[in-house]
Amino acid sequence: MNLPMSWLNDYMDIDVTPKEYSDRLTMTGSKVEGYENMGDEIQNVVTGKVLTCEPHPDSDHLSVCTVDAGTGEVLQIVCGAPNVKADIIVPVALNGAKLPGGFKIKKTKMRGVESNGMLCSHEELGISEDILGYEPEYGILILPDDTEIGKDIRDVYGLNETVVEFEITSNRPDCFSIIGLARETAASFNKKFTIPEVKFTENSENIADTISVEILDKDKCKRYCARMVKNVKIGPSPAWMQERLRACGVRPINNIVDITNYVLLEYGQPMHAFDLRDIEDNKITVRRAGEGEVIKTLDGQDRKLIAEDLVIADGKRAVAIAGVMGGFNSEVKDDTTTVVFESATFDAASVRLTAQRVGLRTEASSRYEKGLDYNNTVPAIERACQLVEMLGCGENVGGMIDAMGNVTDMKPLPFRPDKINAFLGTDVSTEDMVKIFDALEIKTDLDNMTVTPPSFRPDLEGEADIAEEVARFFGYDKIPVTLLSGEATCGKKTDRQKMQDDMNEALTAQGMSEIYTYTFVSPSNFDKLNIPADSELRNVVKITNPLGEDTSVMRTTTIASMLDILARNYNYRNAQARLFEVGKVFIPTEEGKLPQEPVKLSLGMYGGKTDFYDIKGVCENMFNRLHVDNVKYEAVTDNPTFHPGRCAKVSAGGKTLGIIGEIHPAVSRKYGIETPVYVGELDFENMFLNIKSDIKFKELPKYPAVTRDIAMLVDKSVPVADIEAVIRKASGKTLESVELFDVYEGAQIPEGKKSVAYSAVYRASDRSLTGEEVQKSFDKVVKNLEAQLGAQLR
Amino acid sequence: MKEKLEEIKAAALEALQKASEMDALEEARIKFLGKKGELTAVLKGMGKLSADERPKIGALANEIRSEIENRIDTKKSEIAAKLEEIKLKAEVIDVTMPGKAQQTGELHPLTKVMNNIKDTFIGMGFEIADGPEVELDYYNFEALNIPKNHPARDTQDTFYISDNIVLRTQTSGMQVRVMEKTKPPIRIIAPGKVYRSDAVDATHSPVFHQIEGLVVDKGVTMADLKGTLEMFIHRLYGDETKVRFRPHHFPFTEPSAELDISCFKCGGKGCPMCKGEGWIEILGCGMVHPKVLANCGIDPEIYSGFAFGIGLERIAMGKYDINDLRLFFENDLRFLGQF
Repeated sequence: MNLPMSWLNDYMDIDVTPKEYSDRLTMTGSKVEGYENMGDEIQNVVTGKVLTCEPHPDSDHLSVCTVDAGTGEVLQIVCGAPNVKADIIVPVALNGAKLPGGFKIKKTKMRGVESNGMLCSHEELGISEDILGYEPEYGILILPDDTEIGKDIRDVYGLNETVVEFEITSNRPDCFSIIGLARETAASFNKKFTIPEVKFTENSENIADTISVEILDKDKCKRYCARMVKNVKIGPSPAWMQERLRACGVRPINNIVDITNYVLLEYGQPMHAFDLRDIEDNKITVRRAGEGEVIKTLDGQDRKLIAEDLVIADGKRAVAIAGVMGGFNSEVKDDTTTVVFESATFDAASVRLTAQRVGLRTEASSRYEKGLDYNNTVPAIERACQLVEMLGCGENVGGMIDAMGNVTDMKPLPFRPDKINAFLGTDVSTEDMVKIFDALEIKTDLDNMTVTPPSFRPDLEGEADIAEEVARFFGYDKIPVTLLSGEATCGKKTDRQKMQDDMNEALTAQGMSEIYTYTFVSPSNFDKLNIPADSELRNVVKITNPLGEDTSVMRTTTIASMLDILARNYNYRNAQARLFEVGKVFIPTEEGKLPQEPVKLSLGMYGGKTDFYDIKGVCENMFNRLHVDNVKYEAVTDNPTFHPGRCAKVSAGGKTLGIIGEIHPAVSRKYGIETPVYVGELDFENMFLNIKSDIKFKELPKYPAVTRDIAMLVDKSVPVADIEAVIRKASGKTLESVELFDVYEGAQIPEGKKSVAYSAVYRASDRSLTGEEVQKSFDKVVKNLEAQLGAQLR
Repeated sequence: MKEKLEEIKAAALEALQKASEMDALEEARIKFLGKKGELTAVLKGMGKLSADERPKIGALANEIRSEIENRIDTKKSEIAAKLEEIKLKAEVIDVTMPGKAQQTGELHPLTKVMNNIKDTFIGMGFEIADGPEVELDYYNFEALNIPKNHPARDTQDTFYISDNIVLRTQTSGMQVRVMEKTKPPIRIIAPGKVYRSDAVDATHSPVFHQIEGLVVDKGVTMADLKGTLEMFIHRLYGDETKVRFRPHHFPFTEPSAELDISCFKCGGKGCPMCKGEGWIEILGCGMVHPKVLANCGIDPEIYSGFAFGIGLERIAMGKYDINDLRLFFENDLRFLGQF
C-alpha cells in the first residue's frame, strides 16, 4: 500500500521527516518498506518558451533556439529534436540541472555554438506516458500553451510528492486505505485525526424509483448500497486526482472510474460504477452464479463460473463477479450518461475462492478476501457522490438503496488490565490503556470492564489481541527484558541426537564431508538406478502440485541424491569426493495417512585409489566409534544398482543396517561418472538399536600373549569372513584377536585358489599360556580349516 | 714408584686432552688402564714394595685410575655431544614445506550453524524435538489458527500430497505436536526441513530449514520472550549486536513480532546488505495464541507461552557472507571445505 504524504495531510498535520515517520510507523506495526520522493532525481528543470528557432550554421539536424525560462535573461540553447520550433512551451534543463540517471547539464558549446542548457523529452525527465496520460510525439516534450513559464517541471506533473510504501499484514484490511493509515498515524504520534464531513447536494428524484436491489444470498453479501448519478459527462479527472492515483500505482481512466478508485484507496472500500443503460430491467440482484455461467469481465476475458460464485446480475444476466471484477457489458463508456455506484460488502472466503479460481486478483478482491467492514459502505458511497459534485461531472440523484444481508456486530471483550500487564510483563496504567483504545476507536466500558472493538477491526477477537494493541502503542521497545523464571528445565539432547553427533564426528574424522540434498526427486531416478519395475521403492509419496517433474516425488532412497551430488563434483573436476548425508526417505503407508519417514545415513565416494574397502573401512570405524558391535557383511549379487561382485548387505543383531558397494558401471555412466563410485545407505534407527550402551572397562592384560601365524590355500570363492569364523570358533576362549594380514593370488598359487594368511593372538587373563595349550588350540584350528573349508596349510 | 704413577697420570691426561674421537679415547683407555696397560703394569710391581708403602701406593694408584676413568667419561660425553651436534646439523629440513595432514571432512555449514544454535538453547534449558516433514494440514495450518481459505495460506505456497496432507511449510506445526504430548513446563526447539513452492534462485529454494522454538509455562510473559531471544542473538552474533522487536502478524501468535538485528555488515549505518535500513530481519516470534493453546488442550487462563521461528539459511548466509542460497544444496566440495 502506497501512501502519498499530501493525502495523509488532508486528515492531520504531520510535520516529521519521511525517515522519522517511517521508523515510528514501523515500530507501531505498520511496516514501512521504503519511501520515495518522486521527482527527487529532477532538479532545476523549469518550463520555458522557445522564442526563436534557427538552423545551426554547421549542422543539418541541430537548431539554435532562444528561450525564455523565466530566469530574467534570454537563454541560447542548441537543440537536436526534430519537433522544436518557435512559440512552444517546453521543459528546460538550466545550467547545473540534474536529470534522472545522474546526468548533469552544463554550459557547453555544440559545433561552435554556445548552449546554456537543454530542452528535454519526457524520457529524459523520466516522466512516463502514464503520468502524461498520452503518447507524446517523438522529440522534446511540448506542454500546453497556457502553461506558466518558469515553473518547476515537478510541480507541473505533481512529482514532488513523498510516497511511503507499507507492507500491510493480512489481518489489517482497514490499513489498506489512506484513512486506516491516518488513524494508525494519529495513534502513533498522539495526533488528532478527523475525517472531514462529507456533504453533497442531491436532486429531488429518488433512486428507488428507477432501480431496485435484491440480495438473494444474504450470507455471501452482507450489505449492498447503491446511488445514482445522472447527466454524467465522462472526461479526464483533474490533475490532482490523477497524481494521487498514480502515486498509489493506479492508472487514471476517466472521471467516474477514477472516483471509484480514489474512494477505494481513501476508504479501503471497493466500488463499482455501472452504466444504467446496461442494467436490464433496471434491477440489480446479488445471487449465486449458475453452474457454468459465463461472464466477460472488464479485461475482455470470458470467465466461466460455478454455483459457489457470487455475481451481481441485472434482470437477465450477470454484470459483475461480486468483489472481483465488473462485467464488460456494463462498464462505463465515453457516452455514458447515468451511472449506478455500487458500494457493497461480500463474504471474504467466497471472494477469495472465486478470485483464486478464475485467476483474477484485483485491488478489490485483495481487500474483500481479508474481510471488510459493512459499516464502511455508506461513508464510501457518499464520498463518491461528493467527488462527483466536486469534479462537476454529474448530478447526484436523491436517495440511496441500502440492502442488508446477514451481519454480526462486534461483541464486547473482557478488559482485565492486570491480566494484560501480566501477559506482557509490563506495568501500563489502565488510564494509558484507555488512551490507546480511544485512539484506535475501541470503546471502553469501565463499569463492566469491557472493551468493544470498532467494526473495521474484526481481527480483535480476544484479550490477547487487545494486549497486542496495548503493546504496539506502549512500545515493544519499552517492554522489559527478563529471563525465564519458573520451574527449571534441563536442556539436553536425546540419545538419538547424541548418536548423530557421534556419527558426524566419526565420519568427518575419516575425511567424509556432509552434504544437504533435496528430499524430492524425479520419478525417472528409479530407471536411472536400474530399479526393477515391481520394486517397493517405486511406491512413492507424490506431490500433486510439484514445481516440475524433476522434483515431483518424495524419495524412497537416498542413493539417487548422493549420486547427483557425486556427479556434480565430478563435473566440477573435483579429483575425489567423500560425502555423507543424514536425511529422510518417505515410505507411503495407508491412503490418507502420513508416510513413514525413516532416517538414512547416505555415504558416497569416488576418486584417488578408492575401492570397496574404503567405504567399508569408513563404516567399520564408525561402527567402532558408535559401539555398534558384531556387524556382518554378506555379498549381494543381485542388486541391479550395484556391481554384482562388489556389494554387501550390512547387518547387526539380526537387523539389516543397509547396503554398501560399488555402483554398477551402467548406472554410474548414466550419471556421467567415468570412474568407480562407491555408495552406501544405512538405516539410522537400526544402527541406534544395535548400540551397546553399557560400556565397561576391561582389565589391561597382565600376562604375555602368544602369536601364531597361519597361511593357507583355499578356493578363491571362500569368503575370508568364513575363514575367520572357523578360526574363532576352533580357538576357544584364549583367542584374543585374529587379523588377516595377506591375501594373494597369482604366481605360484594354483589356478582357482588364493593364499590367505592370518595372525592369531592367544592370551589368558589369569596366567601365562603354555606352548602346549596354544598348540592344542592351534591344531584344532588347522584341522577344522582343512575339514570345513578344504584349506591346505602352507 | 710414586713418580712412575705421577708420570702415567700426566701422560694419560695429556693423551686424553688431545683425543678428539671415540677411537682415540678407547686407545688411551687400553694403553693406560687396560689389562696390559701401563697402570696395570705398575701395579703388578706392587709386590716388591714394603708393607708400609703398599697401601699408600695402592691408594694413589686407585685414585689415579678413577681420575683417568672420570676424565675418559667426561671426554666421552663431550665427544658424543659434538658428534650429535654434527649429525643434527646434517639433518636440517625445510620447515616451510607442507605438512602431512590426514584428510578430514567437514560438516555442512548449515549443520555448523545449527549446532551453534542448538547449543545455545540447550544451555537455556531447551530440548530438541523432531517431527514429520510430510505433515497433516491440521498441524501445519488448522491447529495454528489458519483455517482453510485463510489469506495467510496465500503467502505460503504449499506443496500438497492430498487434500489433508502437505509438505510442511513451516516448523510451527511442531508447537502443536509437542503441546499435545507434553505437559508444561515446555522448552523445546524443533529444527528441520520445510517446503514452499518457490522456484530456485539466489534467495529462494523450495526446500529450506527452520528452527521452531516454544516455551509454555505458568506466567510466561512477552518480556521473557524478549529476554530469551535477545540472549540467543547475543550468543550468536556478539553482545554488541542491537536487537529490535517490531510488531507483526502471525495467525498463531498474539502479540506477534519480527526480530531485527543491527546489520552485521555495516553495524546499523545502512548498506546494500540491509537495503539502507541498518536492520536485518532475523526471525518471527510472538506469544502463543490462546486459541492454539486451547487447540492443544492447554488452558490459556493458566498457562501462557511464546514461540519463534528462525530461518537457518538466512542466519548462515549472514554469518558466512554467502550470497547465493543455491550453494548450500549444490554441495561443491570447494564450497563445503571453506567453513
